[in-house]
Amino acid sequence: MLNCKEVTQLCSQEMERPLRLGERFSLATHLMMCNGCTNFRRQMKALRLVAQSYAAGGAAVAPPPDDRSQ
Amino acid sequence: MSSVTAALPGAAPHAAPEISAEALIALRTDMLRFAQLQLRNRETAEDMVQEAIESALRNASSFSGNSSRKTWVFAILKNRIIDHLRQAGRTVPMSSLVEDGEDWQERLEAMFNERGHWRDSARPTAWPNPEQSMQNKQFWVVFEACLDHLPANTARVFMMREFLGLEAEEICAQLGLTTSNCHVILHRARLKLRGCLGNGWAHIGDAQC
Repeated sequence: MLNCKEVTQLCSQEMERPLRLGERFSLATHLMMCNGCTNFRRQMKALRLVAQSYAAGGAAVAPPPDDRSQ
Repeated sequence: MSSVTAALPGAAPHAAPEISAEALIALRTDMLRFAQLQLRNRETAEDMVQEAIESALRNASSFSGNSSRKTWVFAILKNRIIDHLRQAGRTVPMSSLVEDGEDWQERLEAMFNERGHWRDSARPTAWPNPEQSMQNKQFWVVFEACLDHLPANTARVFMMREFLGLEAEEICAQLGLTTSNCHVILHRARLKLRGCLGNGWAHIGDAQC
């Protein structure tokens, strides 16, 4: 059984390479029982989405440095 | 020039937005910030942006309007940065990558108990919907600040991966790192960003305008 620390590593590696069958199975088993790691995995995916949007000019709405809204 | 004709009445019904010098200059600040986050060098960043703007103007006719003007120009800028990094070769000394990692290991350990399970204080909670957050100006300010707070070299590896879309293998090879080292650095970057963004996200939620 993987612990949460190992699962976070796997969740990050999943962003780099396809997981092997055994890894996918261990991950799925752990996620079924663990909210923290389920959230963590979603966050890794959100992070990628955000980074890719930013790199596609998504920060179009970013205010200039002398932002007056605050 | 052809973009001008395309914008005239009677041109194609779904004429693409124009790629004019004015339109590109308006994007310059955002482009510069994007380049500088990755290059951490004002002069190089300005060169990259200048080259990207010139290239965009030369190739204005190839802009189809399928993506936004900004996305199109950012793609050109990304390619400029990739070329630059490839030419620059091994730009990150290994030693500094190791240094980046010192207090990091302790903080990582502190998130888990002795059995490797989340401590209550560190257990991840659900984030708000990213699609919605990305509509919020303040969110991007937080995102940029978080990137800026990453150790320079960790940030570079992360941005090569996520902004420029290079494969981890190529990044490792370019920087003379082993695959496992590379994965560790990316994991570290994600954990740090996750912590930083999580804090920022909570505040954005409070201060919805």
